[in-house]
Amino acid sequence: MRWPAFLRLSPRWAPYVFISPFLLLFAVFGVFPLLFSLYLAFQSWEPTSGLDAMEYVGLANFAFALEDEWFWKSLKNTAWLALASGVPQHLVAIPLAVFIHTSFKRLRDGVIGAYFLPYITSTVAIAIMFSSLFSTDFGLVNAGLQALFGIDNIDWLGKPENIKPAIAFIVFWRYIGFNMVLYLAALQTIPKDLYEAATMDGAGRLQQFFHITLPSLKPMIFFGVTLSVIGGLQLFEEPFILTGGKGGADQSAMTSAVYLYRMAFDFNDFGGASAMSWLLFVVVALMTWLTNRAFRPRGQS
Amino acid sequence: MTRERLAPWAAYCIVGAGALIMLAPFYFMFVFATQSRANIFNLPPPLWFGDDLLANLKILTERLPFWRNLGWSLYVALASTALTLLFCSMGGYAFALMEFRFKKALFTLVMATMLLPSFMSMIPTFMIMDALGWIDQHRALYIPGAASAFGIFLMRQFAATAVPKELVEAARMDGCGEFAIYWRIVLPLLKPALGTLGLITFIASWNNFIGPLIVMRSLDNYTLPLALRTLQSPVNTEWGALMTGSAIATIPLLILFAVSSRQLIAGLTAGAVK
Repeated sequence: MRWPAFLRLSPRWAPYVFISPFLLLFAVFGVFPLLFSLYLAFQSWEPTSGLDAMEYVGLANFAFALEDEWFWKSLKNTAWLALASGVPQHLVAIPLAVFIHTSFKRLRDGVIGAYFLPYITSTVAIAIMFSSLFSTDFGLVNAGLQALFGIDNIDWLGKPENIKPAIAFIVFWRYIGFNMVLYLAALQTIPKDLYEAATMDGAGRLQQFFHITLPSLKPMIFFGVTLSVIGGLQLFEEPFILTGGKGGADQSAMTSAVYLYRMAFDFNDFGGASAMSWLLFVVVALMTWLTNRAFRPRGQS
Repeated sequence: MTRERLAPWAAYCIVGAGALIMLAPFYFMFVFATQSRANIFNLPPPLWFGDDLLANLKILTERLPFWRNLGWSLYVALASTALTLLFCSMGGYAFALMEFRFKKALFTLVMATMLLPSFMSMIPTFMIMDALGWIDQHRALYIPGAASAFGIFLMRQFAATAVPKELVEAARMDGCGEFAIYWRIVLPLLKPALGTLGLITFIASWNNFIGPLIVMRSLDNYTLPLALRTLQSPVNTEWGALMTGSAIATIPLLILFAVSSRQLIAGLTAGAVK
């Protein structure tokens, strides 16, 4: 179909027309609000009082956050959850991927599907499901534990020390398949002759795993762990749903993201919440950088 | 080739047991969906389907405008997918195959935002939606997402390898208009990436909880995750109905997954293994 000449897009302007929808949205909904939140971090503002209620307070919001007991507590909770759910994810995903890679030919797609399914389902539906499974007197987890190991009912959701492991398990359950799929993809790029040569040299399976498989997986481990760190530090939905939006007994399940939400929408302190989000950003950036250093491939600097 | 193997049955057992643990919550979600609240919170808990499905549905639709919420979820997910595919494919095509000023800087900026933690946008999103008057409107859910950094990254990577520059040049020299080149030549070549991005966007939108949590205000406008959550209460949770609602909310995803899992997984890992 030929457009009339004055409407036809010239190659000179085409690039700008093609990227402008994206860039417009990006600027309006991505960049601008972010900058505004940086500005807000230095103001004291309760949104219900209207825009002119903003009052410049300098670094007061930051100072408050740094002295806030809940800020540090939620940070600790977040770090604990990120580690407790993240480390097992990779420790278990790698051997799982190796098993499936070497031993499963026929049922492979089905098995991968089963493990990947938790990743794509609604966190809310799953969190609701688990809150019933973890119920103290009637939950299936306790029923199973009692039947298999004779353990008495554990109060998962009520006791501060129990709710974190429960959440960690749910997050682990959700992401193990995702990481396994990543490792499976990486395993497929390792040339088979490496293993054959090693076998001919007399190397056992375990040796091959530690000397061939693991080193070859390093880039993917780096990628996966970075994702887990960044994801773990942002945990919101599981703690939020399992504690009814409040953070649990003694704030034991309040992650930084949950506290941020509460500060902005329960306590209506937009200035304080903005400052907190920027502080948290620094923490996340730091953790990402540290992960980078720890896993940096040799030979690069 | 002889290689020591862990006895195959051990591998099968471990992996199989793990798969069962992965699937168990889904199984019980569907089982509980057919049981009344009294039965669910009973000793021993039900392990097989009951016949309270219709009763649960009744409670569900009494407590919530459930089908409305379902409709909203579908509407937002479809709109989100359509917009995202359009804008990201246009942008990805431009970044991959066209030259323009600040191209590199812009792309780096977009990529940088992928590193931002998601909670950074909690407050900014609310503020801009409030300023635009979009609070409690569904466009607040599907319009911002169309500028997905991940989406444009995926599209650009794919376009760079799947669309031959010479083809575009030849079409241009033949007098083909720019938009026609995009629509008739580039887009068909981008189909696999469009499929993957479409799936990812749909699933993410369907499951999105924090977005609606921040912008939606009235129950009639809620999407499914938000609506289901309102059934939770410290004392009077209607568990049977809640499970039924959750199960229904999960079914479209299960269908999508059954149909497209291989493409979804392949598309996701193609970006990761580079």
